[in-house]
Amino acid sequence: MATAALDPAARQAALLEFLLRIGDNTLILGHRVSEWCGHSPALEEDIALANTALDLIGQTQLWLGLAGEVEGKGRSADDLAYLRDGYEFRNILLVERPNGDFGKTLMRQFLFDAWHYLLLKALKGSSDTRIAEIAEKAFKEVSYHLDRSRDLVIRLGDGTAESHRRMQEALDELWPFTGEMFMSDALDAELVEAGIVPAPESLKAGWDEIVAETLAEGTLKKPADGYMHKGGRRGVHTEHLGFILSEMQFLQRAYPGATW
Amino acid sequence: MDPALRPSVDEVWHWLSEVPDPEIPVISLTDLGIIRDVEWRDDTLVVTVTPTYSGCPATTVINLDIEAALAGKGLAKVKLERRLSPAWTTDWISAEGREKLRDYGIAPPIDGTAADGVLMKRIDRLSGRSNLTIACPRCGSANTEKISQFGSTPCKASYRCTDCLEPFDYFKCI
Repeated sequence: MATAALDPAARQAALLEFLLRIGDNTLILGHRVSEWCGHSPALEEDIALANTALDLIGQTQLWLGLAGEVEGKGRSADDLAYLRDGYEFRNILLVERPNGDFGKTLMRQFLFDAWHYLLLKALKGSSDTRIAEIAEKAFKEVSYHLDRSRDLVIRLGDGTAESHRRMQEALDELWPFTGEMFMSDALDAELVEAGIVPAPESLKAGWDEIVAETLAEGTLKKPADGYMHKGGRRGVHTEHLGFILSEMQFLQRAYPGATW
Repeated sequence: MDPALRPSVDEVWHWLSEVPDPEIPVISLTDLGIIRDVEWRDDTLVVTVTPTYSGCPATTVINLDIEAALAGKGLAKVKLERRLSPAWTTDWISAEGREKLRDYGIAPPIDGTAADGVLMKRIDRLSGRSNLTIACPRCGSANTEKISQFGSTPCKASYRCTDCLEPFDYFKCI
C-alpha cells in the first residue's frame, strides 16, 4: 500500500473515480426524484421532493465541479453531467431504479439517505480538505433528507394495510440493490489508505442499525441478505440509466452549448 | 482604481447591507450572514460569499445582485469568491434580520435545532410534539404544528398555527 500511495497519477485517477461515483449518485438520484415534480400525492410532498432533488443537484455541482478540477482537462460539472455516455457513469444501481409509487420512491430515498448520511459524516474528516468542505455542507442537507424519508417509511410502513403492503414490496424489491453501497475495490483501498475516504464496508454497521431501527418502528420485515446486484460503480448499468440520460442530456446533445 | 479613491471596506459592507435577498427581500445579504469577507487585493475588490444551500437557485442571482450593486457604486473590478467552509448556518442570521423575518410572516430559526439524524421518539412524532416550539409570527401563539419539513424554498419548513389557523413558513435551522 505504501508504494501505491506514493504514485501521484494513481492517486489522482482514484480520486477522480471517487468523485464521479459520489457525484453521479447525487446526480442520478436528484434527476429521478425531480421526476415527481408536479405529480406527488400532495402539494407539501411535491415541494419536499423537489427540494430534496434540488439539494442533490446542488451537491452534484460541487462534486462534479471538483471532479473536473482533479481531472485537469477543462471539463466542467455540466460537461460531465451532460456529455458522458452511460458506461462512463459511476452511480450505484439503486439510484437509477424507477420511481414506482410514492412509497417506493421514499423507500429508495431512505435506504440511500441512511448510507449517504454516514458517508458524508465520515468524509467531513477527509484528509483532502476540498472533499471535507463539500461533505460538511452536504451533511447538513442530508440530515434533513434522512429525517424526512425515515419518518415517512415508518408512517407508511405502520400505516394502512395497503400502505404497509406497498412498503414491504418496495423494500423487498430494492434490498438486493443495497449491497453495492458497501462493496470496495482497489481504487477505494488507495484512497482509504490515504485517509481521503472511509472504507465502504466500515459504514455497514451504522447503516444496519439505522435501517433495523426504522424498519422495526415501521413494522416492516428486513429481507434476508441474498444476491446483491452490482456494476454501477464500474460503469455497468441496468437499462434504466439510458432512459434517464436520454431525457437529462437531450438538450445539450441536440443543441450543444445551449444556455439560458 | 486609484488607491486614494477606493472606498473603505466598511463602506462596502454598508453597501452590501442594502442589497436585498432575492427570495426574501425584507432581509439583506448581510442580515442573512452569507457575506463572509470583503477585502482589497491590489485594485480588485474581493467579496467572499458562502452559499445557503448547495442547490439554492438564488445563489446565481445573489452574485449578480452583488456585482450590480457594486458596479452602481462605481466599482468596476469586483471578484466574487465562494467559500464552503465553515458551512453557512442559520445561526449567522443577524438579530435584526430575525425581527424582519418575523414581521414579514416567517418564523425565524431557533438556533441549535438543526436536524442531526437522530430518530425522534415515535410518540412525539405521532402527536406532532417535539422539544421544538415555533411561535406563530402572526399571533405569537406557541400552539403550532409542522405541515411539511420543506416549504416554499429549501431553507423553510411549512407550519400552521392551531390558534389563529394561519399557515406560515419557518426558517429552519441548518
